[in-house]
Amino acid sequence: MIQSKHPSDQTPDDITASRQALMATLAAASPEAVAEKFETLSPPEFDMVRQPETGLVMVRGRMGGTGSPFNLGEVTVTRCVVRLETGETGSAYSLGRNKKKAVQSAVIDALWQRPADRERIETEIISTLAASKASDTETVRQETEATKVNFFTMVRGDD
Amino acid sequence: MYVAVKGGEKAIRNAHKLTAKRRRGDTSVPALTLEQIAGQLAHSIARVMGEGSLYDETLAALAIKQARGDLIEAAFLMRAYRTTLPRFGYSQPVDTAKMLVERRISATYKDLPGGQVLGPTFDYSHRLLDFTLAAEEEGDPEFAVETAPAEETSMPRVTDLLGDEGLMEADPAGDEDAQVGDLTRDPLSFPADRDIRLQNLARGDEGFLLALAYSTQRGYGRTHPFAGEIRYGEVDIEFFAEELGFAVTLGSIKVTECQMVNQFKGSAKTAPTFTRGYGLVFGQVERKAMSMAMVDRSLRWEELGEEQAAPAQDTEFVLSHSDNIQATGFVEHLKLPHYVDFQAELGLVRQMRAEWFEKRERAEEASQEAAE
Repeated sequence: MIQSKHPSDQTPDDITASRQALMATLAAASPEAVAEKFETLSPPEFDMVRQPETGLVMVRGRMGGTGSPFNLGEVTVTRCVVRLETGETGSAYSLGRNKKKAVQSAVIDALWQRPADRERIETEIISTLAASKASDTETVRQETEATKVNFFTMVRGDD
Repeated sequence: MYVAVKGGEKAIRNAHKLTAKRRRGDTSVPALTLEQIAGQLAHSIARVMGEGSLYDETLAALAIKQARGDLIEAAFLMRAYRTTLPRFGYSQPVDTAKMLVERRISATYKDLPGGQVLGPTFDYSHRLLDFTLAAEEEGDPEFAVETAPAEETSMPRVTDLLGDEGLMEADPAGDEDAQVGDLTRDPLSFPADRDIRLQNLARGDEGFLLALAYSTQRGYGRTHPFAGEIRYGEVDIEFFAEELGFAVTLGSIKVTECQMVNQFKGSAKTAPTFTRGYGLVFGQVERKAMSMAMVDRSLRWEELGEEQAAPAQDTEFVLSHSDNIQATGFVEHLKLPHYVDFQAELGLVRQMRAEWFEKRERAEEASQEAAE
């Protein structure tokens, strides 16, 4: 999550990839975790470009896993767009219906776009949220791994 | 036919109040919280999200609470709620090969890359009531779950492995720009392509699909299935945000995927290969994912050059009756007042009976006259 390159060396593609990672990290975090991080910032003034709004996204799967797409069912999604006084526009998209989380995530996204704030947002918010998610994922993986099974095939009449 | 009636407002209002009281139950017992329902009744939640065709655990918990545990009623509430929300668009197709796997088993391969992990399952458990759960004291018992170092191995889908050898029928490579049928936009019509069939089955009633799948095993349209792979875990949902010009990850949902491997098919032109049925459902609902895969395979009879001989192969029958919201609406509407309808039938039966008695009387008179 933390950029290894100096900001001025980043290509537009690098910046998009980092922003995607940031938005994904915020989306994956719980509303409580986002709120806790948001409160550590001194929240800037911002305007609502698009009020937080809850809607549906139809999730698609693929026939057989890799074939043509089909519609599986919908998820609730909440999105929001804000603009800082300094002009940066921040967006948020996240599963669920939490509007406060959407606003706070959009403000964090906007702040990240300010060169002066980017590193602080990365280190103080995004990397800790990402680390927390990675740790949860690792727990699931380790618990799952303990249930790994090895079946032995018996020859009939041989027990 | 249902004809509108008037009146009954007070009785209805009182019945609703009574339902609310009965729903709450004994007030000396704490009320269920949504967190408790979502956290401890995961399979109920999954069923309601799947059949309600809307993934939102908190909403499903609320629906279950409001419906007093009636899962079809709860799914109905979910379907009704979704109509109040705008549609932002369609996600990119989920990639189940990248799933954070919590369970992955294969009944066809003992040793497969990535291994088999049992995860949370009722399989291999004795179906004995566990009275320690009934006696549980308030407070959390400590669950000492074993862990093991997890390697960074990928878990390719079993069907991809066999596919490499050409033994497995390949997934139909679709036209990515082709229109994908959507039952929430256009009502079901026939013939129904596989995209529509899979969407219908994914939101279909678990019991109905289970019975159909069972019927194919018992000989009504045999497909000789093997559970090639069942996997359950988390997949990311990606959505292309037009205004941003790039895809955003919305978060992750839990799904169960089932790959059924079925008997060979071959023709003069193509060598025999295993054929496949596919199941994908919200949450951990293996019974339904398996049933869906078996029914999907049965419905492919035409494409695979098989004969249609069983109910599970009848696309129109299966797809028209799988939706429990529609089914419950039509069956349960019979409870509503049908007085005018019935009045008409009553008149008809009276007339038919009068005619019948008259005819009998005449016949009796005629036979009496003949005897005399």
